[in-house]
Amino acid sequence: MVAEIKRSPATSPPEVSASTASSRARRGRRRRARREAAIFLAFAVPNLALIVLFTYRPLFLNMYYSTLDWTLGAPTARPVGLANYVEFFRSSEAGEVFLTTAVFTLSTVLLSMALGLLVALGLNRKVRGAGLARATVFSPFVLSGVGVGLAWQYIFDPTVGALGAVLRSFGVDSPQWFNNETLSLIMVVLVYVWKNLGYAAVIYLAGLQAISSDVLEAAAIDGANARRKFFSVVFPLLSPTTFFLLVTSTLSSLQAFDLIRVMTPLGRGTTTLIYDAYLRAFGGYNQAGYSAMLSTVLFVLLVILTLLQLVFLEKRVHYR
Amino acid sequence: MTVDSRPLSRRNLVAALIADYVPILLAILVVVLPLAYLVLSSFKTPADVVTQRLVVLPDPWHPGNYSDAARIVPFARLFVNSAVVTVVGAGIKVLLAVFTAYALVFVRFPGRKYVFWAVLATLMVPPQVSVVPNFVFISGLGGQDTYWGIILPGLATGFGTFLLRQAFLTLPTDVIDAAEVDGAGHWRRLWHMVVPMAAPSIATVALVNIVFEWNDYLWPLVIVSDPEMMTLPVGLTLLQNSENSASAYGIVMAGTVMVLLPVLVVFAALQRHIVTGLTQGGVKG
Repeated sequence: MVAEIKRSPATSPPEVSASTASSRARRGRRRRARREAAIFLAFAVPNLALIVLFTYRPLFLNMYYSTLDWTLGAPTARPVGLANYVEFFRSSEAGEVFLTTAVFTLSTVLLSMALGLLVALGLNRKVRGAGLARATVFSPFVLSGVGVGLAWQYIFDPTVGALGAVLRSFGVDSPQWFNNETLSLIMVVLVYVWKNLGYAAVIYLAGLQAISSDVLEAAAIDGANARRKFFSVVFPLLSPTTFFLLVTSTLSSLQAFDLIRVMTPLGRGTTTLIYDAYLRAFGGYNQAGYSAMLSTVLFVLLVILTLLQLVFLEKRVHYR
Repeated sequence: MTVDSRPLSRRNLVAALIADYVPILLAILVVVLPLAYLVLSSFKTPADVVTQRLVVLPDPWHPGNYSDAARIVPFARLFVNSAVVTVVGAGIKVLLAVFTAYALVFVRFPGRKYVFWAVLATLMVPPQVSVVPNFVFISGLGGQDTYWGIILPGLATGFGTFLLRQAFLTLPTDVIDAAEVDGAGHWRRLWHMVVPMAAPSIATVALVNIVFEWNDYLWPLVIVSDPEMMTLPVGLTLLQNSENSASAYGIVMAGTVMVLLPVLVVFAALQRHIVTGLTQGGVKG
């Protein structure tokens, strides 16, 4: 805005009479505005067109598909209104899928945040190697979920895996990670946390480093011990970071796909909402309408959570 | 303060070292051990794999797993596919993000605030939600088992645009305005001023996109069925499915190393930028 004020005097040469000057200036301004608009469109339209075509269009099409009885690949579909929704919410499947989704999301979010905070506290010191440790802890986050899933599948394998071998040396038999639904879910949660806790750790570390040392010294002078200092000073000061992580981690846990697909392809015990949507369309059922219904439910859930957390965030962080 | 008042006494030094280094060491081990075990296992003979004992070091070393993996799944070809998809996809995404962010920050347009909100809102729509409609659309256009079919639906970039807009907003406007007064058009200002000044941010966005494209799994899995057109993560699951006896773990681990190693190398070289890019906004809120 400041820039515009600075620029305008340059457009009126002094020797022209006042009225022609102003009308010419106005015409010039209008022409310039039109040129600016054309440039804006030329620069932004390719990306905007792609966004409309591949993000917004599918979002609304999905809602339409969710009202169809439609086999993927079939030329025709039968409109069934909300029958897919009714079928899902009346079946026992809904309860199971929501329970699995809730358990997976809650446990991965809480575990990776708690462990991430612990790691951040451990790495928050100015010594050689702390930077290397930070990078190392973060590195699984950038690795392919497929590769990570396979590496851990070998470790968890009850007969030939390393985990089983270690347990047997203590006289314990390996749990049947792949044949028991609860154990499958626990296994996928553990690997997901291993892969993602570095993200929480790095964010928490930055939050910790933003806390001024004056505050901590003041607490120390007041006689607070380490535990007191953490719970009464550090953790409350980290609350914006904690809420940010809560939002982002919940959203990404709800979208977790790669690990579940690779470690438990049939989804026994690990069928979350998103995995159910995948299985229904591409896991041999070809139920495109039903899958679109599940995706729509997931999207609504994501939007509600985002809004809830934003409202909660506002309250907690700004009006504390 | 401790009883021993000399700060560099041996006991204090050891205590400080333990307090500082045990957490660091622990954190590193938890990440490195499984990855090291993966790499070692990729050199195991079937005999070393099919055993209930814990075998850490392969004996003998058996690099044949790598050629076996490459024989079962065309890994060289998959590597080229992944490289093409990553370079082209990430390259176009960065270009689109640069142009859109420049327009949003430096070009005057009546509704640009709304355009920004429309871009920002896409961050709330996960790509998974769009899979069925995009599959129907792209396969209807004949995009199954093609590079463009893999790349096109992922090109729209809300994340990169958002990040670069924030970066462009921090650039010194007076320098750019001075260039405008001197008669430099938008094209020149973009390439000669904004891009060089914001180069670190653009590099960060590029790296994040490269990592994302390389690892992307769901969409390539859905749109590709011909092994010759698969990307590495998809080919890896093909390997997993075709070699599902326990003795084949060595081969599967070899394939896994081939998928993970390139990203680890890039990460080791450029970790500072990648970490910054992936965690941006985390502290500022």
